[in-house]
Amino acid sequence: MSKTLFEKIWDQHVVVEKTTGPSLIYVDRHLVHEVTSPQAFDGLRMNNRKVRRPDLTIATMDHNVPTNDRSLPILDQTSAVQIQTLEKNCRDFGIKLFDIHSPNQGIVHVIGPQLGITLPGSTIVCGDSHTSTHGAFGALAFGIGTSEVEHVLASQTLWLEKPKPFEIRVEGKRKNSHAVTAKDIILSIIKNIGTAGGNGSVIEYRGEGIEDLSMEQRMTICNMSIEAGARAGLIAPDENTYEYLRGRKYTPKNYEQLVEYWAENLKTDSDAKFEKNYTLHIDNISPQVSWGTNPGMTCDVTENIPTPEEYSKGDPNQKKGAENALQYMDLKGGTPITEIKIDRVFIGSCTNARLEDLIEASKVIKGQKISPNVRAMIVPGSQMVKKQAEEMGLDKIFINANFDWREAGCSMCLGMNPDILSPGERCASTSNRNFEGRQGTGGRTHLVSPVMAAAAAIKGHFVDVRDLDLN
Amino acid sequence: MKPFKKVDSIITPLDKVNVDTDQIVPKQFLKLVQKSGFGKFLFYNWRFDEQENKKTDFILNNSNYDGSKILVTGDNFGCGSSREHAVWALQDYGFSVIIAPSFADIFFSNCFKNGILPISLDQKTVEKLQQEKDTIEVDLVKQIIKTSSEEIFFEMDSHKKKILLEGLDDIAQTLQFKDKIAEFEKKSKIPSVL
Repeated sequence: MSKTLFEKIWDQHVVVEKTTGPSLIYVDRHLVHEVTSPQAFDGLRMNNRKVRRPDLTIATMDHNVPTNDRSLPILDQTSAVQIQTLEKNCRDFGIKLFDIHSPNQGIVHVIGPQLGITLPGSTIVCGDSHTSTHGAFGALAFGIGTSEVEHVLASQTLWLEKPKPFEIRVEGKRKNSHAVTAKDIILSIIKNIGTAGGNGSVIEYRGEGIEDLSMEQRMTICNMSIEAGARAGLIAPDENTYEYLRGRKYTPKNYEQLVEYWAENLKTDSDAKFEKNYTLHIDNISPQVSWGTNPGMTCDVTENIPTPEEYSKGDPNQKKGAENALQYMDLKGGTPITEIKIDRVFIGSCTNARLEDLIEASKVIKGQKISPNVRAMIVPGSQMVKKQAEEMGLDKIFINANFDWREAGCSMCLGMNPDILSPGERCASTSNRNFEGRQGTGGRTHLVSPVMAAAAAIKGHFVDVRDLDLN
Repeated sequence: MKPFKKVDSIITPLDKVNVDTDQIVPKQFLKLVQKSGFGKFLFYNWRFDEQENKKTDFILNNSNYDGSKILVTGDNFGCGSSREHAVWALQDYGFSVIIAPSFADIFFSNCFKNGILPISLDQKTVEKLQQEKDTIEVDLVKQIIKTSSEEIFFEMDSHKKKILLEGLDDIAQTLQFKDKIAEFEKKSKIPSVL
């Protein structure tokens, strides 16, 4: 029978299947971080249980780590306790940990691929919704809650209802691939299918517009699948995928043998059926800027903010949602996006803090100074990204432009560490969520690509990065 | 986990769509390493102002709804972050039933791990329930919501229903399959990380 890529990976991981209800699915890789794991380890202790497969479990600290000088003690005592708790849990249960001083520390979804832990055809879970990122490698990867973290630690499996396969085709070619980025593709998709459009599904992204993307760009796409409500995002592996993972620290010894198997098996059959389909044509898409309080509230940089009437298209609940969002964001429908002034710029997060993101942003910044009204920070996705960027001299470009160049972590994507917006501050952010208070209570977030964030940093308001000379 | 069978309570209407888990429990409260005590952080930024005074226009600060165990709310409830702290906060505050037209996947699954019953009903029925002032009864065994004027049937997956009714320890159930898991591991193609 013809199958989608998702169905093939699923079928290969079923341990127990019943006639109705969920199946027991094997987990190949379990990534652990400090925020969603302490209660899970406590549960194991209370029931006198062990971690079944410490050799398939990898931990790092990313969510609440400070991104300033790592030789200083952590001032926030509750954060310090959470970090020490992860250290103790990893020691007690024999789990490999990349701690705050490790050269491999970083955002869990940045280091997984960089270390060759993420593999095509594997199942990957983590107590973090952006685990969908790893789907860029043809892995079935999704976020889970803390009870499920405990379940995976104890059994290396999960009970799961089979999600529905959802095909999103991205067709055509972008006119200016430095200015119109993977972030603009995924924001366009979410704008069109809605933040619940993918609920209950695993999205497979296909088509020329996806095949043209680098691995880092594919990660940006899969990362935000959860913002469309999908359980996971998936891209079939190809030569780019295999090349990216070749020779990394934890790439398996029998890698070439695995590649042979994957190349043969990890693709959707030509006559396989998806339960849902959507196609985005990207020939004419523009850079995107979110204006509201969920990632679906997004428009082209060339447009005006929609009025609640325009946005809701007659749905009273959506209209009320847009009114609340505009009130929170202190914006009015009809205002051109390029007239929105910003106070802060954040280039970081598991969505857009990889080397390529920093390279692209640096091209906009080079030889410029940021607006005197703006405070801007760059938080590399991992210490490895930071080191590579520094070897290329990117840090100097940003520092000379008055950007703050920091250590790796989740930072102001969710503001669990000291990097937060003050009430009322408005931020151009390369992160993934513009929810109320996400980057700091009362803070206002606009989601954009790294080049759009860099351009806004220079001008002090949003601009169409296509209008700048990017060489 | 405490078994769930039946709940009698007035409802709390929360008339919002796309309520994300950042709103249910903001990030500054995710640093705790235990599961208990999150109720005081529930909807924190909607409940309290910057001086930590109660905002009078927020529904949970209306004393008419004190003691309510049933939250009736809008589409796509619990979207965003996977944080189970959101469910711990709802439960610790006193909610044991959440009714909405739809739920985000991870939130929905987290509910069942903590004895909370999430019920999906069509938009019209949810809107009608939001107007209900009297005590209603939610009976999981019969899968029926009884209001003063009608009985509303709700769908529930039989496996999930059993978990709630019996308050099952998921992990103990799974470990009964440990031979099957070991068998699977023997033939797995994906090697260890280390």
